[in-house]
Amino acid sequence: MSEKKYSKQHEWVTVEGDIATIGITAHAAEMLGDVVFVDLPDKGKNVEKEGVAGVVESTKAASDVYTPITGEITDINQSIVDDPGAVNKDPEGTAWFFKIKIKNKSELDQLINKADYDKFAKENQS
Amino acid sequence: MQIQKTALYEYHKSLGAKFVPFAGYEMPVQYTSGIVDEHKLTRSSAGMFDVSHMGQLSIEGNKELAIELEKIIPIDLKKIKLNQSKYSFLTNAKGGIYDDLIITKVEKGFNIILNAACKNSDFKIISHSLKKKFKIILHNNLSLIALQGPKSSEILEKIINGVSSLKFMNGNKFSYNGKDVYITRSGYTGEDGFEISIANKFVEDLAKKLVSEDVKPIGLGARDTLRLEAGLCLYGHDINESTSPIEANLKWAISKRRREEGGFVGYGKIKSDLNGSLSRLRVGVKPEGKIIAREGVKIFSKDGEEIGSITSGTFGPSVNGSIAMGYIKLNFSKPETVVFLEVRGKKYEAKTSELPFYKKNYAR
Repeated sequence: MSEKKYSKQHEWVTVEGDIATIGITAHAAEMLGDVVFVDLPDKGKNVEKEGVAGVVESTKAASDVYTPITGEITDINQSIVDDPGAVNKDPEGTAWFFKIKIKNKSELDQLINKADYDKFAKENQS
Repeated sequence: MQIQKTALYEYHKSLGAKFVPFAGYEMPVQYTSGIVDEHKLTRSSAGMFDVSHMGQLSIEGNKELAIELEKIIPIDLKKIKLNQSKYSFLTNAKGGIYDDLIITKVEKGFNIILNAACKNSDFKIISHSLKKKFKIILHNNLSLIALQGPKSSEILEKIINGVSSLKFMNGNKFSYNGKDVYITRSGYTGEDGFEISIANKFVEDLAKKLVSEDVKPIGLGARDTLRLEAGLCLYGHDINESTSPIEANLKWAISKRRREEGGFVGYGKIKSDLNGSLSRLRVGVKPEGKIIAREGVKIFSKDGEEIGSITSGTFGPSVNGSIAMGYIKLNFSKPETVVFLEVRGKKYEAKTSELPFYKKNYAR
């Protein structure tokens, strides 16, 4: 599996072959607070980079989840739909959101590494 | 307008609070453990809420004051007992609600607790109505702490002698470290608890004392989930200037004599709502599944007719599910009516529900 990469919309991405696994960052989960609802796209759906691919709601508010990668949804993590609180417990591990069959590998080059993401998150804390 | 801070701001900061602007104040929305934990802790033990942003108004006067106030507040102020508190509201000419409030009869007159966002306009409305005949003060030197939860009484009694004998919706003067405080047994969480009015100078000392007795600080986030589970209205969302108290299902908060006699602002609309012209009602709504229906979500009937909208919705940690309230056409207001909620373009099944979602444990 590849090194974990990050987007400035607070998603993380790992790649295995031509499949990307995507979730929201620990920083995003922390900012959201207690997650109480997760909506994921249907399997087989085609999503576009920076398009809305899901919704995550906390006790405070609803937020869209974007995909940093274009492609077809090949799998979704039903366990976080059934137990949304899991997103707070292990956001960058077992609580991944969806897997995508990557259409355009060059999109991966636009993602940033952990150090740069951490710096970005710190500067944009709100 | 410059954002204001309560006297406890620095103390909240030291406790790890995350702040949000609320009604012109920088207020803690949660502390380190998060909204769900804070909510559950309030239900199982005791939580401390800084509600000093709310308005604390006092008006001095006796029988004549009661008569004058009855023109804008629809409860029986002639019969209210010394130190008794009542939930009520300021009504407007259209029978809507300028603000909801808690009014307490005290020796010198009345104390009124007002919503932060409305307190300055309320002050003007009340002053105007009373025509400068009475001394009226909106206290900026007082803080207000709500202590809520089943252990509140036991804990507060250790600090302030005698409070445990207060009955729900009653208050009295007490002494804390030799300083006067006024305490009512009340709150807005659906739990037993107290609201303590204390000078800004001494509030941090009291807050620290409570925390040392294992009371946890609770933010506005959990205050919202707690009040919604308890079926209580949030002004500006569930009630406002265009909702009548009858539509809002708050008929109980208007004294029987006042419902029959009237004599207060907006009685025309309220009377006609009471006599059959009511067309909508505030109800509880329970979505099926985990979908959260927030303010503005439209409510549809089985046949696809739009029949109302949601005014508040969240996840209720103690009922462990999605809860909401909103206004619905009267003929759909019976509990357990199947309705549909439109969230992000999709329709989700829900049922109307009795309020509260969570049963109270008040000390009567």
